[in-house]
Amino acid sequence: MDIFIQQLVNGITLGGMYALIALGYTLVYGILLMINFAHAEMFMVGAYVGLFSLKFFSDPEWGAATLGLEGMQQFFTGSIFGLIIMFAIVFIFSGIVTGLLGMLIERVAYRPLRNAPRLAPLISAIGVSIFLQNAVLLWVDSRAIAFPNVFPVVNFGYGINSLKIFIVVTSIILLIGLDTLVSKTKMGKAMRATSQDRGAAQLMGININKVIAATFFIGPALGAVAGIFHGMYYGAVIFNMGFFPGIKAFTAAVLGGIGNLRGAMLGGFMLGIIESMTAGFISTGYKDVVAFAILIIVLIFRPGGLLGESVVEKV
Amino acid sequence: MTSHLMEARGATIRFGGLTAVDNVDMYVDVGEIVALIGPNGAGKTTYFNMLTGIYKPTEGDILFNGASIVGKAPHVIARQGISRTFQNIRLFPALSAIENVMIGRHMRTKTGALGALFKTPPARKEEQQIQADAEKWLAFVGLSGVANELASSLPYGAQRRLEIARALATEPQLICLDEPAAGMNPQETAELNLLVGRIRDAGVTVFLIEHDMKVVMEIAERIYVLDFGKLIAQGTPREVQNNPAVIEAYLGLGADALMAKHLDEGGDDA
Repeated sequence: MDIFIQQLVNGITLGGMYALIALGYTLVYGILLMINFAHAEMFMVGAYVGLFSLKFFSDPEWGAATLGLEGMQQFFTGSIFGLIIMFAIVFIFSGIVTGLLGMLIERVAYRPLRNAPRLAPLISAIGVSIFLQNAVLLWVDSRAIAFPNVFPVVNFGYGINSLKIFIVVTSIILLIGLDTLVSKTKMGKAMRATSQDRGAAQLMGININKVIAATFFIGPALGAVAGIFHGMYYGAVIFNMGFFPGIKAFTAAVLGGIGNLRGAMLGGFMLGIIESMTAGFISTGYKDVVAFAILIIVLIFRPGGLLGESVVEKV
Repeated sequence: MTSHLMEARGATIRFGGLTAVDNVDMYVDVGEIVALIGPNGAGKTTYFNMLTGIYKPTEGDILFNGASIVGKAPHVIARQGISRTFQNIRLFPALSAIENVMIGRHMRTKTGALGALFKTPPARKEEQQIQADAEKWLAFVGLSGVANELASSLPYGAQRRLEIARALATEPQLICLDEPAAGMNPQETAELNLLVGRIRDAGVTVFLIEHDMKVVMEIAERIYVLDFGKLIAQGTPREVQNNPAVIEAYLGLGADALMAKHLDEGGDDA
């Protein structure tokens, strides 16, 4: 029973991260019918931006302290209140930087190919992915960098600790926020309209370039948050860290029904829990096998994914 | 004369070797109901596509309120006041009827994403206003009862009217209806005729493509006739009805006469 609860907690934590990344895939797919293979790198870049901004605010050997701002660092690391503000700044800053990078990539690498055959932007995305990985490898570091250990980890037993609670709660808040954004707001309606009929949306006065740019801001921003979580959870970042979480999150998006937001969330949590349970009860080596076996089974019976539209041909 | 609401001067569009719309002069004045008719493939929808910015004319100019709209993006033209419906219905199928209409209100509102997300008082007020406007337009086309149904689940005639409501919600000065009566039964067609009249009475100029000659003769004040991309006639319904060129275009000529007519580039009488 202990192991079950422990693995459930781990699974939900992991699932929250998968869900955040999966949303980026599914949002872009919903609007452009394109798999943004560079999205895993958004996650990675977000983690790096988070790492450096966190270091700047908290590492006495680095950043703010060397600029004579020790007082600020002491404020941020000295109290719970300071920590909350610091993490809020770090997450928002990283989200914005990564979001802007996402918009830039869309502008440079995808928009010129919008009317090209569908394979072209896909290849372009792979190119962007390789470029970003190598940019970080060359210009930042080829080795893993330790994530600053400033988050106060308090254990509550059963493998539950304050960091996992923080990750799960923040993920859920963001997921609800995005769901509200898409279902309730004007921008959300414009996004749904654009995904259903781009031409008609334009003729209703919707600037689809803006809608697509917003999509490419939101997805990477959420991916960046997941990246920081990942860094905090595993204690390090490295240039190719996006690969596996990216593949997993993409799988989660497909499992839930690609293009469907709630599907991506469901898929993310399911995949996280399945992986953790397999690791806990069968063997760590089998966790990916079981996860992908379940994906295949789901797709055989529901090709559109769990919440995806079941494809029924009208006669 | 630049006082026309919409005016096309020598509008031409070519797709490779095909001239789909050929040197067309046309205008629509404020408060009119004008119809564009012609046989299948005459270039009517292509003309609408030029007017709404989907296609850019190869030659010629299209003015709206005296200013050229050639080369402007569809959403910019929509914001300037031209709205349209489609020959093959293009609603947002997975949105409810009222959400479809609210999309039409989209560009006339200001609230940013943050305001909407945090429900600031101005955002909340605007949201209520959008809702009220959307309900008003649904009622205008007689769809109040199905506001929350998915657009794709509505009967065909209702979908056509919903498209009109969505177009009206953008507060256009000119509404372009592409075959609004297509596929409608006589009862629905009669209702549509009344609706078109009410749209004009609400202050929106109507420009429509129609196949159903009966509809056109009943509601249009002026008619333009396209055939093979060329404007072959214009005038009141009565004038057009009795125009030999129109009768030829609709009922056909013998092959020889058709060929001769084709080779003859001289302008037909109007």
